[in-house]
Amino acid sequence: MISNLFIFDSILLLLVTITAITVVQVKDLFASSMLAGLYSLLMALVWTNMHAVDVAFTEAAVGAGISTVLLIGALVFTGRQEKKSDGVKPGALLIVVITGGALLYGTIDMPAFGDPNAPLHTHRGEKLLLQNVGKISLDEKGQRVDHPLYTESYQKEHWDLGDYGSGDEWNELAKSNDFYLHGAPHIPNTVSSLLADYRSFDTMFETAVILTAGVAMLILLRRREEDPEPTMDTADHDTIKGDN
Amino acid sequence: MTNIIMVAGIVLLFAFFLILIRAVKGPTVFDRILAINALGTKTVVLVAVIGFISERADFLDIALLYALMNFIATIAVLKYIELKRLD
Repeated sequence: MISNLFIFDSILLLLVTITAITVVQVKDLFASSMLAGLYSLLMALVWTNMHAVDVAFTEAAVGAGISTVLLIGALVFTGRQEKKSDGVKPGALLIVVITGGALLYGTIDMPAFGDPNAPLHTHRGEKLLLQNVGKISLDEKGQRVDHPLYTESYQKEHWDLGDYGSGDEWNELAKSNDFYLHGAPHIPNTVSSLLADYRSFDTMFETAVILTAGVAMLILLRRREEDPEPTMDTADHDTIKGDN
Repeated sequence: MTNIIMVAGIVLLFAFFLILIRAVKGPTVFDRILAINALGTKTVVLVAVIGFISERADFLDIALLYALMNFIATIAVLKYIELKRLD
């Protein structure tokens, strides 16, 4: 049976193809840059359909948001019309066809979308799950030491389990989990455990990048005391407005 | 219920087609701007529809974020038309 999302995917990809061809075909560069934004919006929908929400959001923010602005910013300094092209170059076409063929050939080896037996899920996953990352959980004799966070008294006191049952039930649930039994207690929150336990260096440098970007933005956007208020009637602006 | 949402999704995708025709054909810049803005709005709804079909309610938050982001490109385009520059 054809799944619902497959129908969505096929129609969306058809739309994406039409948009991509138009972006290349259109001679008006202004229209072309706007259509490029539209392309990104549609691609973001394809990603959403694949449940790759983070990718989709980046695509929408970067593709449909900032890169449209940047393309139009480039249009300010160039003409609005594309130069006459020399038509199709056979050499370039050949290279493109070969590259596309190689990429398509590469996809033949890939497992089906959502296949639970894909190497991604079977190859190293179990090994990774057995790793003793994060909190120190074994003492020198090899006995598991519960982190204070995981003791029953702490959980009863601090964790509001709500509808999930009492602390005892919760402990049974946790003990039945292989992950827990193999002595790798992590931060209970999945996202935090991934960010802090498995990829802490990655997270640290990501944070450094964001901090740097924030500081740079603050430096760029601050208003200096001695600066006069920006006025609209500069000579530069008048000349541009003249030919409007 | 899923069928109803599915039909809504298909109708939305049909609307995508119509909007895309307008965006491709033009003929004026304002047709294209309206088309892209309308497509942004449809995207918000379609993300919500996909969320309901795959039973993930958190897609609604993402749809809201799309709605917030939708106007950035439109503002840049309109500013370019008005002033012939972006600063």
